Amino acid sequence: MSEVVNVSRRRFVTGGIIAAGALVLGVRYYSRLSPGDKLPHDTNADQAKLHPSVYLGINPDGTVWIVAARSEMGTTSRTTLPLVVADELDADWKQVKIEQAIGDKRYGDQNTDGSHSVRSYYDAMREAGATARHMLIQAAAKQWGVPATECETELHVVVHRSTNRSAGYGELASAAAKLPVPKREELRFKPKSAWRYVGKGEVSYDLEALVTGKAMYGMDARVDGMVYASVERPPVLGGKVKSYDDKDALKVAGVRQIVPIDPFQPPPAFQPLGGIAVIADNTWAAFQGRKKLNISWDNGPNEAYNSAAYKDELRETSRKPCKVVRSTGDVDAAFSKGGKTFEADYYVPLLAHAAMEPLVAVAEFKDGKVTAWAPTQNPQGVQDIVSKELGISPNDVICHVTLLGGGFGRKSKPDYVAEAAVLSKKTGRPVKVVWTREDDIKFDYYNAVAAMYFKAALDAKGKPTAWLQRSVFPPITSTFDVNAVYGDPPHLAQGWTDIPYDLPNMSIENGPAKGHVRIGWLRSVANIYHGFGIQSFTDELATRAHRDPLEYLLDLIGPARTIDFKGVNYPNYGASLETYPWETGRLRHVTEMVAEKSGWGKRKHGKGSGVGIAAHRSFLTYVATVVEVEVSDQGEVRIPRVDTVLDAGLVVNPEATRAQFEGAAVFGTSVARSGQITATKGAIDQSNFQDYTVARINEVPAQTNVYIVDSDAPPAGVGEPGVPPFIAAFCNAIYAATGKRVRDLPITNYGLS
Amino acid sequence: MIQLKVNGGGQSFDGDPEMPLLWYVRDVLGLTGSKFGCGIGLCGACTVHVNGQATRSCVTTMRDTAEKEVITIEGLEKNGLHPVQKAWMQINVPQCGYCQVGQIMQAAAFLNSKKKPTDAEIDAAMSGNICRCGTYQRIRVAIKAAAGEMA
Repeated sequence: MSEVVNVSRRRFVTGGIIAAGALVLGVRYYSRLSPGDKLPHDTNADQAKLHPSVYLGINPDGTVWIVAARSEMGTTSRTTLPLVVADELDADWKQVKIEQAIGDKRYGDQNTDGSHSVRSYYDAMREAGATARHMLIQAAAKQWGVPATECETELHVVVHRSTNRSAGYGELASAAAKLPVPKREELRFKPKSAWRYVGKGEVSYDLEALVTGKAMYGMDARVDGMVYASVERPPVLGGKVKSYDDKDALKVAGVRQIVPIDPFQPPPAFQPLGGIAVIADNTWAAFQGRKKLNISWDNGPNEAYNSAAYKDELRETSRKPCKVVRSTGDVDAAFSKGGKTFEADYYVPLLAHAAMEPLVAVAEFKDGKVTAWAPTQNPQGVQDIVSKELGISPNDVICHVTLLGGGFGRKSKPDYVAEAAVLSKKTGRPVKVVWTREDDIKFDYYNAVAAMYFKAALDAKGKPTAWLQRSVFPPITSTFDVNAVYGDPPHLAQGWTDIPYDLPNMSIENGPAKGHVRIGWLRSVANIYHGFGIQSFTDELATRAHRDPLEYLLDLIGPARTIDFKGVNYPNYGASLETYPWETGRLRHVTEMVAEKSGWGKRKHGKGSGVGIAAHRSFLTYVATVVEVEVSDQGEVRIPRVDTVLDAGLVVNPEATRAQFEGAAVFGTSVARSGQITATKGAIDQSNFQDYTVARINEVPAQTNVYIVDSDAPPAGVGEPGVPPFIAAFCNAIYAATGKRVRDLPITNYGLS
Repeated sequence: MIQLKVNGGGQSFDGDPEMPLLWYVRDVLGLTGSKFGCGIGLCGACTVHVNGQATRSCVTTMRDTAEKEVITIEGLEKNGLHPVQKAWMQINVPQCGYCQVGQIMQAAAFLNSKKKPTDAEIDAAMSGNICRCGTYQRIRVAIKAAAGEMA
């Protein structure tokens, strides 16, 4: 046994999001468990005979265990990343078993957000598979007394062709386990022509469980001795319980106990909001008991927050000079020349996630340690906040990750898991906290409300000689820092500082806004409002210039080039600009391709019918979308067809990717049709699907066609990038069909439905 | 004491008769396939069959379920997979999957009464079931595939 294999099994990968091009494989080691050494969270992969990576183990029966360290919320990453391992291993997918990792830093960053699972872990997965394959080949060569270079692999076997010998992976596992783990430089990766799964894809590993009701979501987690909790939280952020009367609640059959949860100390971050918890024998009893609570609240300063007045405040800020975050040329000089100008305001309200599975978590505090079962995008975040709330070490928090009934970013924020842990400590029993839909809508981390102002100076052809854009929104950082009012560079980078237009004079600005609710990430995040603003204003300028919106958009994008971000704080989604440059040629290409695929300019549109186009890069993926709408005289909008083209570099799982873009069109439909959260005196006005409506089957695109550009560029995101261009293209289509320009979302503001 | 049948087996319940069927099957019987989504009958995640009718179990009380036959996803098909489940797999409908049990129960009941549904009929039958991931396009295709299989 060489030194290499005796690496401590408790060495962890360190660091947060791993930058592309600097991927680190989880520490490679053999599983050498001694009696008493077994950790509560050892995986089957850890305990397998051959175990060259934290992500992978092979047993003598041929079973390949692959660890899914990212959370599954419907994007299929739990299947797609293991596919990369299996491909490089030349493994038979039917002999692969996937197991879900607990929260553990040895897997690197596990926060499944930002559409970067494949991007950040593609190389690590390949390396894991190639490492095992290398060792299996070495073991076979040794057994057969032939050079390893003469051996190769077929499906789940090593073969030596000239002597017609073969050995299965299972038979070789024990011998391979005695060999040293190869260095990365020694690995031979399969050529693209030999890929079995990458680029071809596979359906979800959990598919049958999903259609039979056997899939385990957080809502389905059960532990012996568990009690159920429902929490009445302060209706206004930062509010506190003044007094409460629980007599009637305690009379409800099945209610055991009433337990207060302390209010948080600002900033809210991921702390529980506080309030009064009803502990009961089942979920229903907890809900009923909660209705009988009499609570008097001290709402605190956010009681002064009203959405209508706040909108005016944001708009006013956006009409004055703001902080310049990127500029070219001299817009002021260009505007002062006194030519033709055009200006417009846009607005996107707060948005809620409304994942189908309301927030829920089970936690058990026992002997100074917490075990949690949760539908979380962020198990290490669970370890962090639970340890802080309970005053224990993060290493004493075990977070099991169930399947997620949707996430969209909400389940990256583990406040609900912290509630369960706090309540378990207070009650001395395992507690399942179940949020109602009303809780889910009213106590979200909302996508920021944003006001945007645009102004352009125009030449004779209607092309901007100067372009000014200001956005004002309460930043996500305000959830973590009460003084934060300006957008942080990573979120300004989301479709704002990286406006791709080739214009001589541009001023890209951002104004301050104070948060009064928790602001957080929602699928596509700041790209939602930025993409809507820029792509709507572009369409407005095109129509004012009497030019074709497609031709005008391409004119503004300009020639193929790499955007120079010198002097601009442009984090590029955490990726290096060398590996993932901003290439306008790729945006042009998807735009031209979607025009062709959708029959742009070739199809006839009758009265009340029209098409709109938009192009947007987000999460390193280039997308262009054409939406067709039909609007009745009563203002009812139908969406007969959507065409969308994406260039996400190498796409590992095209089937899952198509599904993500089909879903993005539906998600965008919800935003544009009716997405709106408002507050009155600090409390959220909406509560359930009757007043926070999301798109139903009769309201969504009848047909969404998704086209994937064949690309050898490194992999980019696919979960989020479909949303932003859809929204703008949809609104541009409404203009084409009706002449109504949607500047303030949702479209219900314009008598449309 | 309320008597009912769940997935073919007799059950009796002596708790709060106002308890919705959803929480009875989930918390009392441990049949967690039926999902909680909204609690007020607006999303369809909790859909089960009561005497063959697609029913929102989150707003159906135990009192109203007395002497009835309830089928949940766990009892939809005794042998293997129901044609609707097979179609859901063939078309690869689910993303997160949370709403899909309700969608499948709704579609199965619908197809019992409608052999060759049009898009408009599918939309009308399925518009009470929300899918936030946005799998509707595939749901339509899968329902047609299942209809062919069941015909």
